[in-house]
Amino acid sequence: MGAPKKAPARAVSDDPEDLASVPLQAVLLADSFATRFRPITLERPKVLLPLVNLPMIEYTLAWLESAGVEEVFLFCCAHAKQVISYLENSQWYAQPKFKVTTIESHNSVSAGDALRLIYERNVIHGDFVLISGDTLSNMSLMRALQEHKERKKKDSNAVMTMVVQRSKPSPITQQSRLGTDGLFMAIDPTTKQLLYYEENTNHLKGTLSIDKMLLVENSSITLRNDIQDCYIDICSPEVLSLFTDNFDYQHLRRHFVKGLLVDDIMGYKIFTHEIHSSYAARVDNYRGYDTISKDIIQRWTYPLVPDVLSLGNSATNLERQGMYRAFEIGQSRSAQIGPHTVIGTNTTIGSNTKITNSVVGKNCAIGSNVLIEGSYVWDNVTIEDGCELRHAIVCDGVIMKSGSVLKPGVVLSFKVVIGQNFVVPPYSKVSLLKQPTKQDSDEELEYADNDSDTLDPAATGTMDKLNGDSSLEFSEMQDHVSSELGYGGVGYIWSICEGSHEEEWRHSVAPIPAEKVAEITQVIEDDLELVSQDSNAPASSGELKPDTQINAEDDAVYFEKEVEATFLRAVNENVEVDHVILEVNSLRLSYNMQAADCAGAVFHSMMKLALDTTHSSQNELLRNVHETVNTWQKLLKSYLPGKDEEIEVILKFEEICLESVRELSPLFTQILHLLYEKDIITEEAIEDWESEKKDADEADRVFVKQAEIFLKWLREAEEDDEEDDE
Amino acid sequence: MDFQVVVLAGGFSKKLVPLVSKEVPKALLPVANRPVLSYVLELLEQSNLKDLIVVVEGEDAAFLVGGWISGAYVDRLHVEVAAVPEDIGTAGALRAIAHHLTAKDILVVSGDLVSDVPPGAVAAAHRRHNAVVTAMLCSAPVSGPADSGSSGVKDKTKKAGRYNLIGLDRSKQFLLYIATGAELENDLRIQKSILRAVGEMEICADLIDAHLYAFKRTVLQEILDQKDTFQSLKEDLLPYLVRSQLKSEILFNGAPQPEENANEKVASQNNQVLLSQILSNSSRPNFHELHELGSYGSASSRRTHKCCVYIASKSKYCARLNSIQAFSDINRDVIGEVNHLSGYSFSAHNNIIHPSAELGSKTTVGPHCMLGEGSQMGDKCSVKRSVIGRHCRIGSNVKIVNSIVMNHVTIGDGCSIQGSVVCSNVQLQERVVLKDCQVGAGFVVIAGGEYKGESLAKKEK
Repeated sequence: MGAPKKAPARAVSDDPEDLASVPLQAVLLADSFATRFRPITLERPKVLLPLVNLPMIEYTLAWLESAGVEEVFLFCCAHAKQVISYLENSQWYAQPKFKVTTIESHNSVSAGDALRLIYERNVIHGDFVLISGDTLSNMSLMRALQEHKERKKKDSNAVMTMVVQRSKPSPITQQSRLGTDGLFMAIDPTTKQLLYYEENTNHLKGTLSIDKMLLVENSSITLRNDIQDCYIDICSPEVLSLFTDNFDYQHLRRHFVKGLLVDDIMGYKIFTHEIHSSYAARVDNYRGYDTISKDIIQRWTYPLVPDVLSLGNSATNLERQGMYRAFEIGQSRSAQIGPHTVIGTNTTIGSNTKITNSVVGKNCAIGSNVLIEGSYVWDNVTIEDGCELRHAIVCDGVIMKSGSVLKPGVVLSFKVVIGQNFVVPPYSKVSLLKQPTKQDSDEELEYADNDSDTLDPAATGTMDKLNGDSSLEFSEMQDHVSSELGYGGVGYIWSICEGSHEEEWRHSVAPIPAEKVAEITQVIEDDLELVSQDSNAPASSGELKPDTQINAEDDAVYFEKEVEATFLRAVNENVEVDHVILEVNSLRLSYNMQAADCAGAVFHSMMKLALDTTHSSQNELLRNVHETVNTWQKLLKSYLPGKDEEIEVILKFEEICLESVRELSPLFTQILHLLYEKDIITEEAIEDWESEKKDADEADRVFVKQAEIFLKWLREAEEDDEEDDE
Repeated sequence: MDFQVVVLAGGFSKKLVPLVSKEVPKALLPVANRPVLSYVLELLEQSNLKDLIVVVEGEDAAFLVGGWISGAYVDRLHVEVAAVPEDIGTAGALRAIAHHLTAKDILVVSGDLVSDVPPGAVAAAHRRHNAVVTAMLCSAPVSGPADSGSSGVKDKTKKAGRYNLIGLDRSKQFLLYIATGAELENDLRIQKSILRAVGEMEICADLIDAHLYAFKRTVLQEILDQKDTFQSLKEDLLPYLVRSQLKSEILFNGAPQPEENANEKVASQNNQVLLSQILSNSSRPNFHELHELGSYGSASSRRTHKCCVYIASKSKYCARLNSIQAFSDINRDVIGEVNHLSGYSFSAHNNIIHPSAELGSKTTVGPHCMLGEGSQMGDKCSVKRSVIGRHCRIGSNVKIVNSIVMNHVTIGDGCSIQGSVVCSNVQLQERVVLKDCQVGAGFVVIAGGEYKGESLAKKEK
């Protein structure tokens, strides 16, 4: 485990000559375009959430300033007003040699939109640092920047340098200590070029497929699973225009990085820069929040630590065993404050209260006999006597009535009131806002987990009320005293199963319970079993196929359906072929499919179309096929770069005839001939298909038999050709 | 050393037609005028591995090979020659002779290997890691065979296929992945579980599997028994072992099981682990041991086995005679760049002319050439970078460049032979021109014939 080493303060030591020509610019995305921190982010933008009593954006800006960035374009979208008003009251607008400009948008739903907007503004003139407002680092940018510039000089296609860090994911949960999924990367060991990037790994898929061509170009590549993406990118201005050119790029990694890696037409390259001794991490989820908070308290992030960085006059004092206490706190003599704990200003702590491994904000009132363990209590929280908090996050203004208990993993959003002696079940998320109803529009489902923090109108309405005069709403709620949260409680418990949130324990602040660990360990065992089992199968060639195929099958089915829908829409709306190609391409990227899969799916759709067009006899059906192929051959051809794909089409065709559309099977030979005549399928492909089938079962050879005459004709024609040649 | 060596000498390989014939099986093809098999045998002898089983495909071939070995190595090596049916694959061949295997570890080496990498080093690496299999890998030549100029266009497509794709751990001691079958054609499929366990894997395309493996005998026998579909060591058995290394299915249920798993293990294991760590220069236990432990002390400790590699240093020579191209290349290399392998001492002109050979006037034999016993050459001949066998009769005005001429060949006046292989007892009449040809044993090329890139052989009846 590459635990970060304590790095010395790297203040503004950058030599000015180097940077004088172009001031170093940065684009800071103050919107994560994600929903991991809901329900909290419904009311406050993620970048303003306190991380060890300081808003996250403070850390990011402080780092950018210390790293020599001179101009920051701060992009805000969700809760833009809050971000701007925060900045107006902060020191950042008044810094010399550090200019912060906000760019506000109301309709961006992704990082892609944000970058497109920034491109339109035409404010970036040179290499820039791309970072989101929830990233924490103390690395020096000099080396990475220099490497980037040197590479850029030699190869103008080197558009991006990605900062990565060694961190081995847990062998059990396969997630990093920041709670992100294990990442697979392939990197060229000499040039450090990024060749492959796979995040969001499908846990079921037992193998990773790497394009063989990578190894034709490079004599060796390094595959890594022990690396963590820091989400700090050094980009050339071309990156912005790339986003504009590819309007379908939304997500920085999922679309942009993958897009560049898959599409080698433009030849753009991404490189990595590995940091070893400095700290860099991004708060991606609650677990990351927990880990990073602890790292801050334990000073891995120096100089970004509570006693160095402090807002206004609330100075904090570092005491033994990693205890940070503000000067003005009211602490009872019998209260125990354990190690690695931070207590904010004006907080009072009652007698016999025990606080360990926790962060408590400003102006909190904590009663007697309270137990707080591994929790994050923000500002102005009232915790009455006898409460228990374990591994929970408690937002501003929450009131916990006496005797209430928070089980591990609970998140209480702003101003929630927990009733007396109420026990909040583990992993609950409680908010004054109702859980947004299931998003059902297609678009939103697709981006369900990287959707922006923008709210549906209903929720925004409630929120405005809350921000304005919440008293009305408040009193209204106070009326029905026995709410979901016990006597006197106010708020709604969100139901847990919301799409990607089903595996709550993975991303929660609470440590993973032992039974879960046992459970996953079992799964891993089974997983391994699976791998070795399929090698048991009499695969004489020793391939590793069956396992992956089963799991890839679902994807393939969905993919096929999507392609079919796209295709039918194109037919009905007379969409131009080029546009259809573009759409299918984007589907291909998002499903991670090969050209052969596309060809198969497109062909499938074409046959479906021919079949759905009215026909009364076989001849008419054949004519339909003729017409469809005529109209759409360009589409099909664009996915047939080589023989393998063509063979795939023939195999697909067989499958169609056998399984879904039996009506086509008598026409197999004619259609094959048609495809041959249209130059869609070459004779080599047909021959290869035939020879591939040579050893197959009788049942599998039905179509070879059917096409026998055609095949014979083909061979003879070829021989004739050869004779002619001689 | 308690190593038993199995030399897989093949039979009449179809790939090498017309060079091989009924009289000359693959193992006896001459490299610098001695059978290719002798290179392996002498290499093994140097490492003091003298207990050998030579496995030959086909009774006839076995008879020929056996005859030659008993003549040449009668006192030096303890060799057993075993005949196995043809086309049963390398794994099949081992299965057929499995009952002969008794030693703790088995070294399996291909009979067509021409190399100066000591097999003893492979054996040592194998023992050091207590591996189930250790494979020897060599660096691929930087620019391919010397005369690949003509095949320059093909090079790009061939490149990835010709070499192996091999995944190694960071310390380059463990074999984590080896591409097989379809993977060489399509995409590589890397097991995530292994990658997760090891964290970092380097996939190299510039290493060649030298076809020299050390196996733990019990494991080898067990797998051969259970997986009766396995045909090839390289394509079935080795990938299987690599794939299942973190989830070992090997039961170690052979006879030596108790000593391997019981109390002795506990005592010796610690020492062994320690030793292996010191030797491998790592301060931490390797990923196999970590994986075995599981985490959070999970109840079922996993069984793993280790697949290791020995990577020969770049300066070593290593090639396999498994194609006609390789035959020419190896012959040229052995009398050229790596002439220490040939076992002859070269003259001041960097060539070897047997004292009994006769040269006509104005005949020149250039450097990197070899002229065998009793061969005669006429006047004004020129030989460059070629091997000429024993008792050849070569006329006048003959040019031989980059070629191999085997024994008892008759070459008429005015012939020109370039980049070709001429097998034993061939007769080339006057003014024959051969370029990049192979001429099978006993063939007669009529006067004035000109051939380019052809394979000439007698029709098999």
